[in-house]
Amino acid sequence: MSKSFDFKKFLSKNSIWIVLIVMIIAMTFASPVFMTSGNLFNMLITESVIGILTMGIVFAILSKGIDLSPGAIVAWTAAVAASLAQNPDYSDKKFKNLPDLPVILIVLIALAAGTVFGLMNGLLIAYTKIPAFIATLGTQLIARSLAYIYTNSYPIPNLKSSFKTLGQAKFFGFLPSIVLFFIVFVCIAGFMLTQTRFGKNVYAIGGNDQAARVAGINVEKNLVKVYTWGAFCASMGGILLVSRSGASSTTMGLNYELDAIAAATVGGTSHSGGIARISGVIAGILILGILKNGMLLLGVNSYLQQALKGVIIIVAVVFDMRKNVKKS
Amino acid sequence: MSEYVLEMTDIVKEFPGVRALKGVQLKLRPGTVHGLMGENGAGKSTLMKCLIGIYHKNSGKILFRGEEIDYPDTHTALESGISMIHQELSPIPYRSVSENVWVGRQPMKGIIVDHKKMREDTLALFKRLEISIDPDEMMGNLTVAQMQMVEIAKAVSYDSDIVIMDEPTSSLTETEVGHLFRIIRQLREQNVAIVYISHKLDEIFQICDELTTMRDGEYIATDRAEDITIDELIQKMVGREVNEMFPKVDCPIGETVLKVENLSAGKAVKNVSFELRKGEILGFAGLVGAGRTETVEAIFGMRHKTSGKIYKDGVELNIKHPEDAIGNGIALLTEDRRGNGIVGVRSIADNTILANLGAYGFPLNHKKIRKDVDEYVAKLNVKTPNNEQLIMNLSGGNQQKVLVARWLLKNPDILIVDEPTRGIDVGAKSEIHSLITKLAGEGKAIILISSELPEVMGMSDRILVMHEGEMTGILSRDEFSQETIMKYATGEV
Repeated sequence: MSKSFDFKKFLSKNSIWIVLIVMIIAMTFASPVFMTSGNLFNMLITESVIGILTMGIVFAILSKGIDLSPGAIVAWTAAVAASLAQNPDYSDKKFKNLPDLPVILIVLIALAAGTVFGLMNGLLIAYTKIPAFIATLGTQLIARSLAYIYTNSYPIPNLKSSFKTLGQAKFFGFLPSIVLFFIVFVCIAGFMLTQTRFGKNVYAIGGNDQAARVAGINVEKNLVKVYTWGAFCASMGGILLVSRSGASSTTMGLNYELDAIAAATVGGTSHSGGIARISGVIAGILILGILKNGMLLLGVNSYLQQALKGVIIIVAVVFDMRKNVKKS
Repeated sequence: MSEYVLEMTDIVKEFPGVRALKGVQLKLRPGTVHGLMGENGAGKSTLMKCLIGIYHKNSGKILFRGEEIDYPDTHTALESGISMIHQELSPIPYRSVSENVWVGRQPMKGIIVDHKKMREDTLALFKRLEISIDPDEMMGNLTVAQMQMVEIAKAVSYDSDIVIMDEPTSSLTETEVGHLFRIIRQLREQNVAIVYISHKLDEIFQICDELTTMRDGEYIATDRAEDITIDELIQKMVGREVNEMFPKVDCPIGETVLKVENLSAGKAVKNVSFELRKGEILGFAGLVGAGRTETVEAIFGMRHKTSGKIYKDGVELNIKHPEDAIGNGIALLTEDRRGNGIVGVRSIADNTILANLGAYGFPLNHKKIRKDVDEYVAKLNVKTPNNEQLIMNLSGGNQQKVLVARWLLKNPDILIVDEPTRGIDVGAKSEIHSLITKLAGEGKAIILISSELPEVMGMSDRILVMHEGEMTGILSRDEFSQETIMKYATGEV
């Protein structure tokens, strides 16, 4: 063999996947239910919406920012979509005279309503230079509040079946549509990061925004795109979530952004900017998903689950930092 | 008791790959002002940093008041009686002036900071130094000159035996310089020894009693100020032979490509005008802070230009951002490699193509990217195991070559290089010199900023000299001499 296989390097590069595999093996032995297709799909369905959000948030973190608004955008778009998708013959409709809208139109309106918050985030961060943490905290509060006002804090139930199909259908007899959407978003995010100019720009901006600017990259425009994409992901998440559950509620998506940030972080996305791999992020999403699912199956106290999640995030980042410190 | 308060002898300081101080000496008498002279990079600041514990000498001896010292940190140096006014100010902008003066050593009443005493002490200090700044004013509201005065007051307040002043007048106006000199004379009467570092030769002769000259990390001489003329001093500072590092080849110089008219950018650049022709290397010389970098930043759209016009091939350009400049065929290899050059956490390949991403289509043509990167990494002789290596793992010289590759790949008409060889080893330096000459030969127009006179003289067809934001002259090759350039650069002409 001409190329010698560097086992140590392989391990360090793929350590996150090894952790995932170890967890899967351990869970398989610990719980007979874990390795059933029913349970695995259940877990995937649960993680899909957060997974889609993560595909957006990873761009923000990669650009050395953060996005705290996705969870609230989920609630807001869920409310908008639900209000337009109620059964035409339901007596207590939010909009009494609303005609029977085609599903595609409902989706587009809800996407626009949610994505506009990302545009706002991006413009604020890029042009007023306020920290991303503050800008997106602000939009988080605004979007959540809007969801409350729009619905008067009541759930919007009784959605028509054509809309519910979006999140409840199964493809090829086994693949839940919501999981398929997650896979599509993973592909889009991966494609953007590795195959487009935009992806390379974001890597450069996160790594050294001054160098990116000197190299002729329009940093502001790219930041606007980053946050707009983040809100687009969140909006799709909200639409899928409400379509799957059949009714909107204002607490939908609560703290989802924190789970998404955790997944991206565990998956090796550096908060110092410039470092992220979609494969790692997928592993991060699955690790946190299996942790949640596994603890449920094993009957671990749900309060303890939070603590364990916290420990894992901290340990993951400590290891990641050490890896980077060694390099520099 | 020795006649010297401080004796530094045979000081050697090495950085990886560079010998910054090669056995330097400095002897200070109490109650004198001692000028420390030398070009940029001569090792003046390094020597002072070795004294106050920011750097640690590799060998040599420092005697302070007859005792051998080697301070572990600046705090110890301050406590022992050596304070320094640094070239770069480090104010805490959102705290009051008095808090800035006494930071880290506030007067205490038990465990509580005694604000009243702090304020009174500041007033007393300012009164002694005739400074009229309100101690309660927020530091950030002061002018740079006022901040500098506060910094000076702070250094004096330690009641040190030695006060080091590194370019203390760089942001002061004439009247304030006079004020500073009064303070210095006051200190001298109190038997304090002052090390005075400045590029402004007229000031040196006004205030200094003795002068120690350094060059390329070596000790040259110590003279009494009254025994030496400005010309002799310049000779001592620059007096080295221009070596064969610079493969200047005469190449045909074509028509004007870049014309800059009355370019100004705030206080940093005032009314600079010049023309740059095809195949020409135009050197920019001047001392640190002369406004050379700021001038090219204004041309490149990194800095807001307050007035002036820029023409390329006779057409006026409206450059607001670097991307506009790049779009018009202008490239800038910046001086600050780490700050705005490399993207450290990305690969050599990603760094190479960064300015040229538009050329690879959608989706990116990875085959073409690999081909280009391989070609340019080989062309520039970047030493790396592979192109996926993170750029931060390369040496400074190789990082610089990658950045040069980035611009060559973009194929600009005008290439501006700002201190292209600073901090890189001799081998890479000479490769970059050859490359610049070759590019000029291919008809590119080049601006070369360098603080190394031999470099700028060896490489350039003409040299534009700046002093405090203004252009003081443009010299043609037959007028080049280190003495002439230094005269223009110090504003002596």
